Amino acid sequence: MQVLTILLDGISYGMVLFIISVGLTVTMGLMRVVNLAHGAFAMIGGYIATVLVLQAGVPFLLSALLAAVAAGALGGLAELTVYRPLYRKGELPQVLLTIGLCFVVIAGLTLFVGPTPLPAIVPPSLDRMVDIGFRSYPAYRLFLIVVGALLAFIVWLIVECSLFGARLRAAVDDPQMARAVGMNVNRMFTVTFIGGCALAGFGGAIGAGVLPLEPFYALRYLVYFLIVVAVGGMGSFRGSLVAALAIGIVDTAGRYIVPQFGGFLLYVLVFGLLLWRPNGLLPPKSVA
Amino acid sequence: MTSQPQVTDQQVFAPTAGVRSFSPAMLWHLLPWAIALVFFFVGDGYHSLGTNILVMILFALSLDLALGYAGIITLGHAAFFGAGAYAAGIFAIHFNADPVLGLLVATAVAGLLGLITGMLILHTRGETLLMLTLAIAAIFYEVANHARWLTGGDDGLSGIRVTPVFGLFRFDLWGKTAFLYALAVLFIWFVIAAFVVRSPFGRSLDGIRQNTKRMRAIGTPVWWRLVAMYALSAAMAGSAGALTAQSTRLVGLSTLELLTSGIVAVMLVLGGERRLYGAFIGATIYVIVQDTAGSISPFIWMFVIGFLLILIVLFFEGGLMGIIDSVVAKLKGKTAGQTGKPT
Amino acid sequence: MSVAADNILTVRGLCKNFGALAVTQQVDLDLARGARIGLIGPNGAGKTTLVNLLTGMLSNDAGTIVIDGHHIEKAKPETRVQHGLVRTHQINTLLMETSVRDNVAIAVAERQKYAWRMLRYGPQWRACLEEAQHYLEEMRIGHAGNRRVSELPYGEQRLLEIAIGLSLKPRILLLDEPGAGIPSTEAHIIHEALESLPPDIAILLIEHDMDLVFKFAKEIVVLVMGRVLTRDVPANIASNAEVRSVYLGRSVV
Repeated sequence: MQVLTILLDGISYGMVLFIISVGLTVTMGLMRVVNLAHGAFAMIGGYIATVLVLQAGVPFLLSALLAAVAAGALGGLAELTVYRPLYRKGELPQVLLTIGLCFVVIAGLTLFVGPTPLPAIVPPSLDRMVDIGFRSYPAYRLFLIVVGALLAFIVWLIVECSLFGARLRAAVDDPQMARAVGMNVNRMFTVTFIGGCALAGFGGAIGAGVLPLEPFYALRYLVYFLIVVAVGGMGSFRGSLVAALAIGIVDTAGRYIVPQFGGFLLYVLVFGLLLWRPNGLLPPKSVA
Repeated sequence: MTSQPQVTDQQVFAPTAGVRSFSPAMLWHLLPWAIALVFFFVGDGYHSLGTNILVMILFALSLDLALGYAGIITLGHAAFFGAGAYAAGIFAIHFNADPVLGLLVATAVAGLLGLITGMLILHTRGETLLMLTLAIAAIFYEVANHARWLTGGDDGLSGIRVTPVFGLFRFDLWGKTAFLYALAVLFIWFVIAAFVVRSPFGRSLDGIRQNTKRMRAIGTPVWWRLVAMYALSAAMAGSAGALTAQSTRLVGLSTLELLTSGIVAVMLVLGGERRLYGAFIGATIYVIVQDTAGSISPFIWMFVIGFLLILIVLFFEGGLMGIIDSVVAKLKGKTAGQTGKPT
Repeated sequence: MSVAADNILTVRGLCKNFGALAVTQQVDLDLARGARIGLIGPNGAGKTTLVNLLTGMLSNDAGTIVIDGHHIEKAKPETRVQHGLVRTHQINTLLMETSVRDNVAIAVAERQKYAWRMLRYGPQWRACLEEAQHYLEEMRIGHAGNRRVSELPYGEQRLLEIAIGLSLKPRILLLDEPGAGIPSTEAHIIHEALESLPPDIAILLIEHDMDLVFKFAKEIVVLVMGRVLTRDVPANIASNAEVRSVYLGRSVV
């Protein structure tokens, strides 16, 4: 039964990573901007939701949704002011500016809320064990799996079955061509960026039980989000889901089976994978 | 990559005038060392802070070689800093507490690690390379975290002994010896770095950064060059790590963490990449701000630094050295960007 | 005319496929020492692909490339340069932040393998700078030596591309559309530069500007859909009906 626990824990953890990282894969894949501040939007979402739940007594899910809206709005603001000039610049300025943004968010949130880690905001309805046939398992993690799958489905619908999605995929495959045929790639990007930040905020909020909120959240988990994007293939939605789940499972398995090596296993595998497949497991067509 | 409008090192140090000929501009090069020596005599009570600054300058300088000149985007340089620190600490505890020997060992270890990892990853570019540097640093961190028997795990190494430098200069309680020792090491590495960046080797790496395709087209063995520069930069970072181990007698996991890699990049950009002295200015200001603002609240300095980074990337893409250059150029009535004459 | 012993470059059966698309098909090419060959063909004929295959930026699927008896079809781009195969680029690949003279001097240093020597770089670098200035003078841009490349007018940048190529002392020089982007009123600048190239270098000129090609080349190779259609002296090419139809009636004289 340990295998099942590892699988379920890994998948629920992977779902949180997916929800947060799917926006990042678009940012980096579509506009080729290295965005190290993505974790900051997840952190903003988590913090806002926590404050709403604990200070204002707003219900969990509603808080998460409001947090998503706030994160999305702030993302839009950031995109219009600070990210726009970055598109033309090289990787290094992008890395530095987004790190700076990360620092600003970390400092801002911590000065506002306080430097201690935030208590997890799992609602009582989910803070119990559920009988799933052969054993009992935390409802909260099942909730994460269900929500994650639902969101993955919705994202898939939008990306694969809508006109916007088709145009987005075309723009990811070949931004220059997309512009040449008249697509307003910049506007598409703003919309997608806002969506990605909103998802990140939502993920940060509902995932607070798996990725605890604390002052250095944005930096601590940044590596995981980047790994999801790099391993999945930049700009690849399917890739980010597969990678997120894989990483969730591998990391969890590593910590259960060989706890003395901690996250070591994951990083070594990622390292090997990137050397073997520099463009990720499922890169969008033009890159492969 | 946008081109920097200000005069670069290659122009300031333009060897067209000949290395031997003296010009008043050269006196400016003595300034940082003069300041350091003055500080040694008057900065009582602050020598350990001063040593920390020197260590960070060396670390930032190492990053300038890899990132500034060669264009290797790395957020994992702390791996070599920490490797050097741990190597020096472990060497002192288990083998020989002579600091110079420990320094050499640490430098060699870090350089070797840089060589090996560089050979593995430097055929990739861009985001993939960035991720690989992060992965390597993360692996080093986890190894240090778990090899308690060697590294002390999350308790770190403590009680590192240092015998007198060359058997003569004992490390005193106030950190004055440590300061001069670090200053000497920094000076030696600085001369090496200045030499390297002005050499054809260094110029070819600057070329690789600007236009790899062009360099290949003129027959440059790009991968080998990058590996060599990366290894040199790693060795330098390792020296900085050794200095921190020997001056504070402690080594902790923080020497290997992502935040450390990020901070040294911030220092470099703050001061200005490809300026060598940029590392001096950036590291000094950062450490001082962190020390003063940090005593108020560690998060205030984080806010300030983050904000500064955003401003610098958007408006001042040569860092503080770039601003200084523009001011100097305006004062002299010349437009920035003319080559040939040292300013 | 081209006896095998005189050929500095011999290409046989060069092939390249992108998936199911054969972009280069069984190309044979001979360049004698001092050759002046023009390579023309409609858009998409695969001219730049061929150059990339020769220089090693693309790996070939089949065929051989031999320079002076040495097989280089599997060699890295850097190695091919060391065998004397040099190209200029259709789109400038210059070091924009660096000065004009330094661009050439770096190439000279590379050629002389100074790059690894870090001792006594002063006099060596000065020698590289002097030699670089010589090539700049050859291309009539000697006055621009100190300026940053980004400040140079486009036409002079194209000349700089050629100067860098020359400074590598090539045995074979592949010029990829040196006149690209130059208005026809100024094309003579490029033409004069081409005429002044050392006579012992074998030159393959790829161009769309027919005036330039016909004035410069002693022989013209026509590439269509990755295959060599024909190779002949300019006068015959101009009157070749097949060539004319390939260009869809475009006048070639």
